[in-house]
Formats: sequence, C-alpha cells, structure tokens
Amino acid sequence: MTTKRLSIQRYLPEQSKTPFWQEFEVPFDDSTSILEALNHIKEDMDGSLSYRWSCRMAICGSCGVMVNGEPKLGCKSFLREYPGTISIEPLAHFPVQKDLIIDMEIFLEHLAAVQPYLINDSQDSNQTHKQTPAQLAKYLTFSDCINCGLCYSACPQFGLNPEFLGPAALTLAHRYNLDSRDQGKAQRMVQLNREEGVWTCTFVGYCSEVCPKSVDPAAAVNQGKVESAKDLLINLFKR
Amino acid sequence: MQHQDADIVIVGGGGAGLRAAIAAAEHARKEGIEQRILMLSKVYPMRSHTVAAEGGAAAVTSEEDTLEAHFEDTVAGSDWLAEQGVVDYFIRHAHRELVQLERWGCPWSRKPDGSIQVRRFGGMKTARTWFAADKTGFHILHTLFQTSLKYPEIERLDEYFVLDVATVGGEVAGVIALQVATGELIALRAKSVIIATGGAGRLFQFNTNAGIVTGDGMAMAFRHGVALRDMEFVQYHPTGLPGTGILITEACRGEGGLLLNKDGYRYLQDYGLGPETPLGEPKNKYMELGPRDKLSQAFWQEQKAGRTGKFADSDVVYLDLRHLGKAYLHERLPFICELAQAYINVDPVTEPIPIRPAVHYTMGGIETDAQCETSLKGLYAAGECASVGLHGANRLGSNSLSELLVFGRLAGEQASQRATATAYADIESLQQQVQDQEKQVARLREANGSETWVGLKREMVQAMEDGCGIYRDEQGMQRALDTIRELKSRYQDIKLSDRSRIYNTELLQCIELGFGLDIAEATCLAALGRRESRGAHQRLDEGLQERDDINFLQHSLVFFNVDAPAQLRWQDVDTRFSAPAVRAYGDAGKGA
Repeated sequence: MTTKRLSIQRYLPEQSKTPFWQEFEVPFDDSTSILEALNHIKEDMDGSLSYRWSCRMAICGSCGVMVNGEPKLGCKSFLREYPGTISIEPLAHFPVQKDLIIDMEIFLEHLAAVQPYLINDSQDSNQTHKQTPAQLAKYLTFSDCINCGLCYSACPQFGLNPEFLGPAALTLAHRYNLDSRDQGKAQRMVQLNREEGVWTCTFVGYCSEVCPKSVDPAAAVNQGKVESAKDLLINLFKR
Repeated sequence: MQHQDADIVIVGGGGAGLRAAIAAAEHARKEGIEQRILMLSKVYPMRSHTVAAEGGAAAVTSEEDTLEAHFEDTVAGSDWLAEQGVVDYFIRHAHRELVQLERWGCPWSRKPDGSIQVRRFGGMKTARTWFAADKTGFHILHTLFQTSLKYPEIERLDEYFVLDVATVGGEVAGVIALQVATGELIALRAKSVIIATGGAGRLFQFNTNAGIVTGDGMAMAFRHGVALRDMEFVQYHPTGLPGTGILITEACRGEGGLLLNKDGYRYLQDYGLGPETPLGEPKNKYMELGPRDKLSQAFWQEQKAGRTGKFADSDVVYLDLRHLGKAYLHERLPFICELAQAYINVDPVTEPIPIRPAVHYTMGGIETDAQCETSLKGLYAAGECASVGLHGANRLGSNSLSELLVFGRLAGEQASQRATATAYADIESLQQQVQDQEKQVARLREANGSETWVGLKREMVQAMEDGCGIYRDEQGMQRALDTIRELKSRYQDIKLSDRSRIYNTELLQCIELGFGLDIAEATCLAALGRRESRGAHQRLDEGLQERDDINFLQHSLVFFNVDAPAQLRWQDVDTRFSAPAVRAYGDAGKGA
C-alpha cells in the first residue's frame, strides 16, 4: 500500500513546555481523510496523540486543524490532495492545550455575546410565524455555520486581538438580524458597533475562503458594517 | 476533591439534553423558584450527534392527516412492540414541539405562502415530516443550543466526561465526572439527574454514527440496576455510504429517489413493497417508502442472490436521484450532494449514489416509565439512550427528532418538579463513591497489562456485526455473546500508552469501551432470548422466522450483575388501543 508522511506538531504540556514535530508514515488511498490518518496514528502507532473529532462527515465542527498552514476540517481534507509531506498543526490564533487541541472558550464567549436567538415580543403564541421562502433565503446561508473555528484561524485581526468578536459570531448576529421573525437587532447592534465588533474587520476575506460550509462570513460582516454605519448615523441624529 | 451542587444535572448536551434543560428552566420560572441546572457534555454541545440527523421530524400537520394515522403508523412500524400509551402521548405532543422550535428560530423549510412544508418519510401514511433542507438535526441542535444561552440558570460544563451516577439510599444523588482538560474528578450533587447521552451505534463496525456514540449513559444506568429494554432491536439504515457509513438521508426517497440493484431493477417490489410506483410519483408506504427494517432486509436478500454491485470493497445497491434535477436536489438535498461529492466523488445530479445498510439507531435503551423516570428514583432518561417505549422493534424515520423534543421536555419538567420537593443527599455519603471512581481512573491510567483498547474494540465491533446483523441465527449470536464475555475479561488486563492527565483521550476511549462491552452483552443476551422474528430482529433459525405473539409480545429487560452474568427477563407490552395485526406494506397493506 502507498504511504504518505505526516509531520505533526505535538505539544505535551506535562512533559515539556515546548512543542515539537513528529513524523508518521501512514498508508492511504484515494478516500483517506486527514482525520482517518490521525485515527490510524492514534490506534496503531502512538496512542498519546490527541485531537478532537466526532461526526467524520463535516457537520459537527470538531476536527479543525492547520493542514500545510491552511485551516481545514480534518474529515473533509484528503491525503490525495497533498503532494509531499503534509504538516498538521493546531488551529492558528487559539491557545493550544495539547497536541492538536485548542482552547475554544473565547470562541464560545463571542458566540454568546451576540445574543444568538430570536428576540421578539410574541413568546407565548402556539402558532408558527409565516416566513416565505424568500424571507428564509435572506438568512439561511448564514445559519449554516458549524462553529468549527476555521475562520478565526484565517482572520489576521482575531490573531492580533482575540477580543474581536470574529467572523462566526458576527455572522450569527447578522443571521438573526436578517430573520423576519426577529426584533432584536437594536440590542445586537450594541455589540456590533463596538470597536471589537464589525469595525475591527479589515475585509481580508480569507474567512470566507476557508469556510468548509460556504457560509461566507466576510459578506455577513460587511453587510454588518453597513448596518452599523446606519445605526451609528441614526444615533448621531437622535442625540 | 471538588464538588458542586445543582438542582438538576443533565448528562449529555444533544437535542434531548438541551430540550430538557430549557424545559426545566421554564418549569422553575413558572413555579417561581430558583433552580440551578447544570449540563455536562463530553464534547461541546453542538458537536453532539443530533447534529448529523438529516431528514426531518414527524408530527401530524396537514388537514388531511390525523393523530390516529400517526399512531397507527408508529405502532405498526414497531411491529406492535411499542408502548401504546406512550405513542399516544407522543403523537399528541409532537406538533406543539415543532412549533416551539419554530418560535425559537429553527429555519424550517417553507411553502410559497410561508407556512411549514412537510415531506414524505418511510412507513408513514402521509407526508408529515417537517424539515430544514437535509440538515434538520443540525438546525434543531443549533437552535436549541443558541436558545439555551438565553437562560442564565442553565450552566454548562463542556468537555466533562461523566464516569458514574452517584446514589445514596437507593435514590440518585448526583454524578461523578472527569474534567477532560485537566483529568481532575469532580462530584456534582443533584436532586435529579437526566441521562441524555444518545445511542450505542459504535458497538458495530459499520455504522452511520459519530465517534462519540458509545452508549455511556446506558451503561451507567445499567450498572446501577436499571434495566436495559429491547436492546436486541438495532436499526440498520438502508442507505449509508460505502467505506465510511456516512448517512444518506431517507428524505432522498421521500423526495422520490429510487433504489436499484446492479441490473437497474427496483428490487423492492419483490419484497412485499410493490407494485412498482411510477417515476416521480412516490407513494407513501410503497416501495422506497417502506420502513427501514424491511428495506435493509431486502438489501441482504439481494446481496445473497448476487444482485448487488461493487464500490471498492463494498457490496452496494444504488440510490438514483437523477430525475429530480439539479435545482430541486440543491434546494432539498444540498448536504447529500455535498457528502456524495466529497466522500465518494459522485455527483447525484448525474450519477446514482452507491449505498449499503449501516447500523444507525439503538431502538432499545434505559427503561423508563411514561414520564421518563427510571427505576432508580430521581434518575431520568430521554432521547436515544432511553427506552420510553416509542419505537418497539423498529423505529420510523423522523420519529426520533420529535421524540427527543417531546420526551426531552417531559424529562426536564419532571426533573425540575422532583427537585422542588427533594433535598440534597448528605455529601459525606457520596465520598466513598467518589474515592472508588478516583481509584478506578488512576488504576486504568496506569494499567500495564497485555491488551489494548484498540484490539479489544476491533474484536467487539466485528463480533457484533457478525452476530447481531440484519439477519441473525442462534449460533452467530451465541458466538458474539461468548466473544463479548471473553473481551470483558480481557478488558481487565488492558494497557494504556498515554499516562497523562490533560486531554487523555486514550483513557476516555478505554472507559467508553468498558461501557460498550456491558451494553454489547445485554444486546446479545436479549437477541438470543428472543426466539422469534420481529421488526429489526430477524432470525434465520428454523421455526423462528415469524413473529410469535403468543410467546414474545414482550419487552426484553436485561439486568446487570456485578459478579455474575447479566440476566434476561420479560415484560408485558401495553397494547391498550391496537391489538397486534399483520404488518404489511405496498398493496398488501392497503387500508392499513
């Protein structure tokens, strides 16, 4: 069977405070994913290798890693796509906890900060809202985010300032702002208008390139900037 | 040893756990009391396997549909092994739950006028399945997770692996968990505990399930004397991708997809599901819209007869969606198009998808009463880990997403109610159990025997696949049981290669395997004991190939014993509304 070399950045904090690189030669065929290669290493070569994974079908968002320097889902990237030795590192811009496992807490805090739920004054109704396919289509793409964090690894601004709410959280805010059932935009704009809100984004657009679900966070953030500009202007007149 | 108190502890952050958490919070608010609700998950909640459900959630919705019809479909689908009082409760509450999700923002697919769109699903008389394209579970999970953030009284401990339920005086007293990031143990004292840990599909080699679906909660309850019920009923989903087992939703057939053998023939007409329905006119309960057990069995027969094709090493049949056209496929089944392209390089717009059955769902589980409470006071279970009695011998597609909402809510309310009238157990009395767990974990971390979890796991999943597959016989099941028992004893001689505390995922996989072996034993025992064929349990043994209502209109119950083999007993089925009748589909089931 053909094999390929994976060079993996290891970090074992109980042994050493310094990360190191370790190489593994793994068998592969046309269908072998990076995740399957990691599973092969863990099961047959080195049981101490640590990483997150679960669904192996690109919907749970667990297995983000840097593959040759690019943020990727391990389960949706394949060895066949890479000539030569493949380097695997933990997702950039997050603190590393062990091997390929990063600290996700800041990401979750940012998600929660934008009040990602419907806000309206008709909580007690037992009827569905009407929402036409056109109204649904306005936000549907932005609701497809799987919270994998790849866009945060792609975002230079998040790399500089982890307080930046970042692509996924801003996209989620925009998703609810665009929902015809929602009346919470004014509340969410407070977060978006902050310095760590939409205005930190410098429109590099790499977040949308790396998104494994084609959510297009860059578009959401920049539509958010338009909304924020309007909001700030209106507030100016109100003063 | 750290410890914390919470009125209600929920183990598992998938659909059932999140729904339970919100229900408990709402219940406490309504009662005007303050309760702390603590949800533990071994992953982050949005990684839970609910996320991978695709097709939809069932509830009587259209004017032509009736509650009676959903009841009849579910009971017939279960081969009359469902608890009929529970089914009755379920069909009456499913619609309300789907509406509630809509009120919380779930992006349900819509009709042009803005009302809810429904689609056809297998074994259902009419279209009653709500959907959000083909990512229904994903949208339900994320809607619930995001909505849960509104409730400050719901606190989470993400990436905490629950090791055991704590009990005092025959009642639940809390749980003991391991913080994955540090390896530290923590005792969580609680008045009510809800287990919502999902199924056990990873007991089998070829399955549609995520890696985390290892049956942990089932094993925990089982070890405390709670029965596992109907474990012999393991659902094979008829359409998984070859190689990986990745799920290809039943909604493909609901939308009109065809199943073809290698000769391009719609073979389902030869298995009591015909006559053939015209292209583009799918008909409920006919052909491709038969129930999952029958369809997976038909694959097995075709395979035996040499009429399956090949994809790499796998025997396959073909799911043909081409006639639906690109625009429709990309609207209704975008995820399926993405998965087929990414994982087997097939574009469903231009090529049929090769597929084969894969283990998908654990019909059995932790026995609960109709209010989701187990025989251990204060311990509740909901969702796939539970056997509240909805699915019997075969679950209908799209009943389980509705189930986790209906019974997740009920479990949450019940747990909150109990917590209003119960005091915390004495902390001293938990100490012994905590210390036992600490010793066990320490011993396992240092274990230096001659077996590896990988070796044992591989033998387990192979044994289960061989012995408890789509068709079973006495010898095969006995062999599987013998193997599992042997593996259980070899498990005592295990060796770990990772001795660290921080994110020791090998340790967790080892513990999961220990849980899995207990459940596998229960599954084999119940399968051997059921000397008939019903739903997903089909025997090849002479004289046992038919349903036998005289002897086996009974639930199996398996009880754990510490130092002796687990024990099988039987329990009457609630058939108060509908006496067992012939289960038929296609023309043979006309009017049923």
